[in-house]
Amino acid sequence: MLMMKLAYRNIIGAGMRTWLNVAALSFAFVTIIFLKGVYNGMNDQVERATIDALYGGGQFWHERYDPYDPQSFVDAHGIIPEVLRPLIKQKAAVPILMRQGTIYPGGRFRNILLKGIDPQQKILAIPVSTLTDRDGTIPAMIGTRMAKHTGLHTNDCITVQWRTSHGTFDAREVMIVNIFKTTVQEIDNDQIWIPIDIMQKITELPDQATMIIINKESKIIPAAPGWNFKDLNFLLQDLHSLVEMKSMGGSIFYTILLLLAMLAIFDTQVLSIWHRRKEMGTLMALGMTRAQLVGLFTLEGSFHGILAALVGALYGIPLLSYVARNGWGLPQSTDNFGFALGDRIFPSYSLGLIIGTTILVLVITAIVSFLPTKKIASLKPTDALKGKMT
Amino acid sequence: METSDSIIIQTEKLEKIYPLGPAEIKALDNVTLSIAKGEFLGLVGPSGSGKTTLLNIIGSLDAPSSGSAAVLGRRIELLTHKESSRLRNEHIGFIFQTFNLLPVYTVYENVEFPLLLQGIPSAQRRTMVMQALEWVGLAERASSKPAQLSGGQSQRVAIARAIVKRPEIVLADEPTANLDAANSHNIMKTMVDLNKELKTTFIFATHDEKVISYLNRKITLFDGRIEKDEITGTAR
Repeated sequence: MLMMKLAYRNIIGAGMRTWLNVAALSFAFVTIIFLKGVYNGMNDQVERATIDALYGGGQFWHERYDPYDPQSFVDAHGIIPEVLRPLIKQKAAVPILMRQGTIYPGGRFRNILLKGIDPQQKILAIPVSTLTDRDGTIPAMIGTRMAKHTGLHTNDCITVQWRTSHGTFDAREVMIVNIFKTTVQEIDNDQIWIPIDIMQKITELPDQATMIIINKESKIIPAAPGWNFKDLNFLLQDLHSLVEMKSMGGSIFYTILLLLAMLAIFDTQVLSIWHRRKEMGTLMALGMTRAQLVGLFTLEGSFHGILAALVGALYGIPLLSYVARNGWGLPQSTDNFGFALGDRIFPSYSLGLIIGTTILVLVITAIVSFLPTKKIASLKPTDALKGKMT
Repeated sequence: METSDSIIIQTEKLEKIYPLGPAEIKALDNVTLSIAKGEFLGLVGPSGSGKTTLLNIIGSLDAPSSGSAAVLGRRIELLTHKESSRLRNEHIGFIFQTFNLLPVYTVYENVEFPLLLQGIPSAQRRTMVMQALEWVGLAERASSKPAQLSGGQSQRVAIARAIVKRPEIVLADEPTANLDAANSHNIMKTMVDLNKELKTTFIFATHDEKVISYLNRKITLFDGRIEKDEITGTAR
């Protein structure tokens, strides 16, 4: 308690030098929490959007389906398994049939993925209900990115060509009944959505699907021979790796920031020990032991961390809360990152993040404060009183 | 002369040798002396005569190279670092030529410091600090910072800090070297009064005639040896 009191008096008494260090360290504090919060928010946001629009509660893949091999799509279909039919009937699962195809927007050749889905489904957050508006032609839906790349507009008609189950080419005209906006590029880029019943008919694949997506509430996952169930841990692993990689980039930035703040503290400690040799001699003459002196100087350095946490909280809490509430606007080019981010990112700060960062910074500050004080251990009181370092 | 049970400092064939490159300097050479409780004595001599070295050994800030020094029954050469610290904290007060006040503390906090190290409760500390400041006539400057004080006032604060814990011994190294004549006399009178009132033993290292004129015992050192040990009268 005594040491705490003395250390507090000393660093407050040091005035501007203390506050400059505290300002630098508090900036590091707030920045680390902010950046971590941004990556957490990014992760949560992307994960939520991708689950809602793409993964649902997990997917049954036809055994020949490989999302990384478009060549596999031609054979990746099969009769919807009996065991999953009740779920589909209860609207707890939705089948999707995929087929590669070609369109010719503006006379140019373009490969697309034709996807058939039930317009009544509520499992994925895609506005497929518009696909029910049929007027003799096949209703189709595309995303804004696809629309931009192909120059297609609502009510435009375009010819789609594909191979039937027998390997022959077939083609039909589809009408774009809806252009939807989504942050999830995997349901937008080069994809055309049509009703599954029509898709099964024109591709001559009745009652068949490529994958069956179950809803998030499904607790029991039945085994379906010939179909592989992929849970969210599996489906999200690429996304987590991507966020982790981006987070690593951020870590380098805040590590540099933290190192700069620590360098300032280390420097202050070294200078302080150098400048205060005579004071240390006096303290020893007054009865302080070397161990107490080491403790005092280490505590003084560590107090920078505590003060920085308090100062950081003073301006950091309102600032970070504001950003968490209002989000952080992202530039248009962020859409090319491959993340389902949208135009604003909402940082997410957990208690663990705040406590963890605080402990990390305090521990590093204490270590950095302690290192230079080792010199005190060899200090002779008579030398210190003369202003000499032993 | 003093009786053996009133002797609080006893040195026997004390030697202190400092290495100086390949050579050695003998700062103290065969110093044997006894100091009794309540003495007001000075170690006198030219620069380099060994006054400060002897004072440092008595104050357990340094250890002898050979011989022995017993202070309040403790053998300085045998004390651990922790035991020396405790001896200084509980029984010895220091007054330095350059005052050595802690700059970020107020006058009150400077004087309070040795009591904080002893773990004395707050209320008792306050009484002791204010009493010490009254002794040196600086009670009204308790909240001032050292930078706001004159040289004489700073040395008074240093005296208050040295005596606040009521030590048996106060060691003063050239306490008037940075003060003018009037302040030097004031400081010395304060210390004489404290010596009489508290029966504290004061030991000075000095070559200042103003200080010497207040001593009741003068030990003259030359080249690390005791040249003369004389009773000069009663402190004024």
